[in-house]
Amino acid sequence: MTLLRLAERGLYCEAGDFYIDPWLPVERAVITHGHGDHARWGSDRYLSSREGEAVLRTRLGASATIRPVDWGDPVDVNGVRVSLHPAGHILGSAQVRVERHGEVWVASGDYKLEPDPTCTPFELVRCHTFITESTFGLPIYRWTPDREVFAAIRAWWRQNLEHGRASVIFGYALGKAQRLLAGLADADIGPVYTHGAVERLNRDYRRGGVRLAATQYASAMPRGHSFAGGLIVAPPSAAGSTWMRRFGTISTAFASGWMRVRGARRRRAVDRGFVLSDHVDWPSILTTIEGTGAERVWATHGTREPLVRWLTERGIEAKVVASQWKGEEDTDPVEVAGEEITA
Amino acid sequence: MRRFAQLFAAIDETMRTNEKVDAMVDYFRSVDPADAAWAVWFLSGGRPKRLIPVRRLAGWAMEESDVPDWLFAECYDAVGDLAEAMALLLPDAESSADIPLHRWITERLLPLANKSEEEQRASVVQSWRELGGTERFLWNKLITGGLRVGVSQQLVVRALSRATGVDEGVIAHRLSGTWLPRAESFTALMAEETSDADVSRPYPFFLAYALEGEVDALGDATAWQAEWKWDGIRAQVIRRNGQTFIWSRGEELVTDRFPEIAAAADFLPDGTVIDGEIMPWKDGKPLAFAQLQRRIGRKSLGGAILTEVPVVLIAYDLLETAGRDIREEPLARRREMLVAVVAEARSTAFVPSPVVSMDAWDDARAAHAGARDRCAEGLMLKRRDSTYGVGRRKGGWWKWKVQPFVIDAVMIYAQAGHGRRASLHTDYTFAVWDDGVLVPFAKAYSGLTDAEIQELDRWIRANTVEKYGPVRHVKPVHVFELGFEGIQPSPRHKSGVAVRFPRILRWRTDKSPEEADTLATLRGMMT
Repeated sequence: MTLLRLAERGLYCEAGDFYIDPWLPVERAVITHGHGDHARWGSDRYLSSREGEAVLRTRLGASATIRPVDWGDPVDVNGVRVSLHPAGHILGSAQVRVERHGEVWVASGDYKLEPDPTCTPFELVRCHTFITESTFGLPIYRWTPDREVFAAIRAWWRQNLEHGRASVIFGYALGKAQRLLAGLADADIGPVYTHGAVERLNRDYRRGGVRLAATQYASAMPRGHSFAGGLIVAPPSAAGSTWMRRFGTISTAFASGWMRVRGARRRRAVDRGFVLSDHVDWPSILTTIEGTGAERVWATHGTREPLVRWLTERGIEAKVVASQWKGEEDTDPVEVAGEEITA
Repeated sequence: MRRFAQLFAAIDETMRTNEKVDAMVDYFRSVDPADAAWAVWFLSGGRPKRLIPVRRLAGWAMEESDVPDWLFAECYDAVGDLAEAMALLLPDAESSADIPLHRWITERLLPLANKSEEEQRASVVQSWRELGGTERFLWNKLITGGLRVGVSQQLVVRALSRATGVDEGVIAHRLSGTWLPRAESFTALMAEETSDADVSRPYPFFLAYALEGEVDALGDATAWQAEWKWDGIRAQVIRRNGQTFIWSRGEELVTDRFPEIAAAADFLPDGTVIDGEIMPWKDGKPLAFAQLQRRIGRKSLGGAILTEVPVVLIAYDLLETAGRDIREEPLARRREMLVAVVAEARSTAFVPSPVVSMDAWDDARAAHAGARDRCAEGLMLKRRDSTYGVGRRKGGWWKWKVQPFVIDAVMIYAQAGHGRRASLHTDYTFAVWDDGVLVPFAKAYSGLTDAEIQELDRWIRANTVEKYGPVRHVKPVHVFELGFEGIQPSPRHKSGVAVRFPRILRWRTDKSPEEADTLATLRGMMT
């Protein structure tokens, strides 16, 4: 019997009788981070990092039973030693270290190595078995330093300012949006407006001590307010919605690791793509796996097969584990023309 | 190369036509003419010959990026573009000397042709080490001969015109025919003085918009000349300096394809350019377009096919006579001269386009109703005082097709059919242009032959950009002529219109997606 295994409701530890990021309601859930595919509603009790508690509560509601723990503090769950370690993905994101009889497993959740101001940086944890995400598990994915990306975002904003346009940048409401706002906190940039979904989470970040650029809630602006020269941070789902009309002439951009590939940007139909990811790139996945010293690797979500094959060819026991986690998806619901059109 | 990469990115990163033009204007004004010449050539769809087999190139890229072939294949699959996949996989550039575009072409790209495989490899690998990001992607596109930039020829012409103040028509004329990417060519292109001596050069074709609404709106019928609208190959026959050239509208030199017309043209006076339609024609009557296609398909023209499908030039217009550009003369005057010039050639291969006699619009309507019987697509209405313009312009000329509504649209989605067609992609979604974006407006299921469906199905499978359930988003490449019976405003549809009984009339393999119609045209059909 392995310490962790994939069960119907999620990644399960039988010895401790708890789940990690279950997709169906369970008694005891250990949560890596607050993204929707990892933090599902309906479980009896949740264990979360203290850093991630506020975000998780925003997600799950006031009635959820959440026990916060500090980084590295071990918790005994039915004789299994469980501790949370920073994953560097979003505020409060954790890797879950599980230990029993000297055997150590680590489930990464989603992670990245490059430090950013919105969360505690990734901590490398030695383990026997490493359960890794592989959202960007192909060698075409290599990130550029944040400094360069933010310089490009500023240049784009400035160009739009000169043309009297508003700059609308799309990024996931939890995590990416705040990383953008933190990265632009000291930038000489026009008024920054946010979508409601983003603003709600900004509160949690600010309370958590993360310095974000000053923001105004776009919908609270008076009728006829000019957004020209402003920067609007919105979730991708806002693209093409009627909410966008208020901004007048705009240039659009999408901040995501997927923007590394030209076709992905073109499919999004945005003017600009900024390669800014909260996930590990290919070289970092390999560095991390090597650093953990793991003999066994499970790839849970993303481009899993190539990673597994790569590792197997290098003598590491690796396999694909079909979790229901999604990481960051290239295609969120896209309007299908067939439904739109009737002859 | 860096400046060219910036131009490419600027064009690639915007959907707005004006911004694309601005980026080009800026580029043409600021770079070395030798660079600009190559840029014009590439932007106009010019492609260098592929000098290295793709497989070989991919092999070097794999070795340089230390990636096994199976992983390379995964990456290629994820990216969907070989040049880009290689650019992303290769290690970051080591040096960043900025060598101008024309030197990359003349000193690095073209010399690859005369090198051994080992030398080619050394040269290409070196270039990869020198170039990063978009520059490396473009370089790979150049090596593989697959560079495409998202601008139409018309936009390039507009940008060149704005960069210099030279009239768009003059620029278009100077660019047509065989234009070589050299600094001198670019300087000549931008020159104010017209001293173009290229004897083979055709004029840009003047194109008509489809007539929308009632013909009475055009005013007094006697101010108009009506001709049959033929469905053949639009062409210019040029006789200059004792030489004959026949250009198709796609700006291909097709002189050898139509020996009957070429032979007859030898009897035209020097300095003559006739615009017309090459039609399969026998016993004083047109043959079906399919007959002409049979002939076009042949590599060599034997005696049999020449007898079975003879062609004539239905002469529409005279653009040049005695070496003088007469496009600014009124149509009535050009027509007189055309008839005289054609008569002088004394050949059955030239037929002045028959004019439909018309005293009132009712005569035109009657003729229009009978157009099909004459194997014509409808009528062309040209103002008697109209000049011969450049490109597609509104006002002077209208095409009045038989079908109530016809539009050229781009296929963007495909879905498998049902029953007999269950395994074939037979349900297509079509789109028209709206400010640089393709907007879907109709689905159509019928109109193609089984062979065409098979061919299209294979293409769809190989060119799917993305799948949403059963729906495949395909590359916007293929243009189809759609016919439909009615059109109404509809707030439920993204396009704002709903069309009735849309069907495919023809697969326009002769058209590029940029040539498809616009949403404005579609909306304009609602009266």
